Amino acid sequence: MTQDNARNTTGISPPAGIPRLLPPSPCTDLMSHLRSFGPLPPAFRHVIDHVNASGLLGRGGAGFPTGTKMAAVEARGRRPVIVANGTEGEPASAKDRTLMMFAPHLVLDGISTAASALDASDAIICIDSAHGQVATTIAAALAERVVAGIDRVPIRIELTPHRYVAGEETALVHWLNGGDAKPTTTPPRPFEKGVRGRPTLVDNVETLANVALIARFGSEWFRTVGQPAEPGTVLLTVSGRVGSPGVIEVPSGSTFSELLHRVDTEIGNIDAVLIGGYFGTWVPSALLSELTVSHSSLRSAGGSLGSGVVFVLAKGACGLQQSARVIRWMADQNAGQCGPCMFGLPAIADAFELIVAGGRRGRDAYSRVQQLLPVVERRGACRHPDGAVRFTRSALSTFAGDIDRHLKGRSCAPEPAMLPTPITGGWR
Amino acid sequence: MSLRLVVDWIACDARGVCAELFPERIRLDEWGYPIISSEPITPDLEHHAQRAVNACPLMALNLRRD
Repeated sequence: MTQDNARNTTGISPPAGIPRLLPPSPCTDLMSHLRSFGPLPPAFRHVIDHVNASGLLGRGGAGFPTGTKMAAVEARGRRPVIVANGTEGEPASAKDRTLMMFAPHLVLDGISTAASALDASDAIICIDSAHGQVATTIAAALAERVVAGIDRVPIRIELTPHRYVAGEETALVHWLNGGDAKPTTTPPRPFEKGVRGRPTLVDNVETLANVALIARFGSEWFRTVGQPAEPGTVLLTVSGRVGSPGVIEVPSGSTFSELLHRVDTEIGNIDAVLIGGYFGTWVPSALLSELTVSHSSLRSAGGSLGSGVVFVLAKGACGLQQSARVIRWMADQNAGQCGPCMFGLPAIADAFELIVAGGRRGRDAYSRVQQLLPVVERRGACRHPDGAVRFTRSALSTFAGDIDRHLKGRSCAPEPAMLPTPITGGWR
Repeated sequence: MSLRLVVDWIACDARGVCAELFPERIRLDEWGYPIISSEPITPDLEHHAQRAVNACPLMALNLRRD
C-alpha cells in the first residue's frame, strides 16, 4: 500500500492530541466547521484501506473493527445503504447526542465519506424521536449541506421509536424496512442483507465522526493517540457521584485513575462504578486502579467498555437497590419475541427485588436467581438477555457484602433512583 | 464436521414437539422452551434430530453442519 495519505493540500493541520471530536463549544455552522477541518476530501474505495490501517474499532459498544465491516459490505458487490446509528438507547449515555449537537458536520462528513467510498445508494442518520433538539440540530446542518452541495449521496434523517432495543442493528433495519423496531433472527446480518434487502453498513455516529477525520488526516495521524491495538479517542459519559459529570473525550487506554482525577473524583470515595451501560457491568473500586479505558482491559476483568458509560456509585449508596431498578427496566424492555427473555428477565427482576427486601424470602430468591441466570442467557435472537444477565451477575458479585446484610434482615434504607429508567414508547 | 441444533427463538412458540421427539438432546425449561444440550449429536442420533426439525410446527428448529 502506498504511503499514508495525509492529503493536507489545504494546509489545515490535523488536531494535535485531544480533543479530536468534541470542540469546547458547539460548532454547528458549516463554514466554521470547514475552516477548522478543511474541505471534505472526495472519497473512493481507498478510504476502506485507510480505515483498516487506522485500526478504528466501532464506538457503538461491540468494538468491531470498522474497516473490516466496511470491506464486508463492499464485498457483497451491490450498492449498499449507510445507516448512522445515533439512537443512543442506553439511558445513562449522552455521548452520541452530545457529539451530534457539538459537531454535527463531523458526523455528517463521516456518513458522506462512507457513502461515497462504498458507492451507496442511500444514507440515513437515525435519531431517537425523543431527542428533538438533536434532530433539529442535524436537520439544520443537513440544510446547509444541501445548499452547499457537499454530499454526493443525500443524507436523510429518520426518527426512531424511543425503546432500548430499537438501536440494535437488526431492529433498526427492521424498522427502516417498515416493521417494528425489534431484533430479527440472524443470519443474515445487515452487512449481507439489510435495508430493502441491500448490504447495509450500520455504524455508530462516533465511529463515523472518526472515519471523517481519517479520510482527511490519514491512518498514521489517527494512531498518534491511544493504543496500538485500540487507537484513537473514546467518548465517555461520566455521571453519578463525581465532581465534574459530563461527556468527555479521552485517549483509548487511559487509566481509570487518570479519568477519575480529571472529573474531580477520589477513588477512595467510590463504592463501585458501572462501566459500559446497562449492557455493561459493575466494577468494585478496588479493581479500578488496574483497569484502562479499553475493550481489552475491561473484557479481561469480565466487563465491557460498551457505549462508554461510567457511573460512579458513592460509598454509602445501595448498589442493590440501584441494580434492582435497572434489572426491572431491562426486563420491561424485552421485545416480547423470545420465550426465555420475555419470561426469564421478569423472573430475574422479581427475584432480585426479593433479595433487596431481604430475610428468608430473600434467601430463597437468591437461589432462584442463580438457577435462572444460566437458563436465560444465550437463548434469544439478540443479546439483550445476555446483557441483562451479565449486569445481574456483576451486581450479585460486586454487592455481595450488601446482599449478605440484606439477607440477614439488615436491609439499607430505601433511597432515590440514581440511574435513569425512562418511560419508553411504542415499536413503530 | 459436527452437527448442531439451532433454535429460531423468534419463531419458537414452546409447542414442545422437539423435546418429545429428541429427549436425548432437548429438554424444556419451566416456560416450555427448548434447552439444547451441548453434547454432540452422534451419527446414531442424527435421524432423531432430523425428525425433530421436520416436526416443529413453526419450523423453528434447524440442523447446522459446521
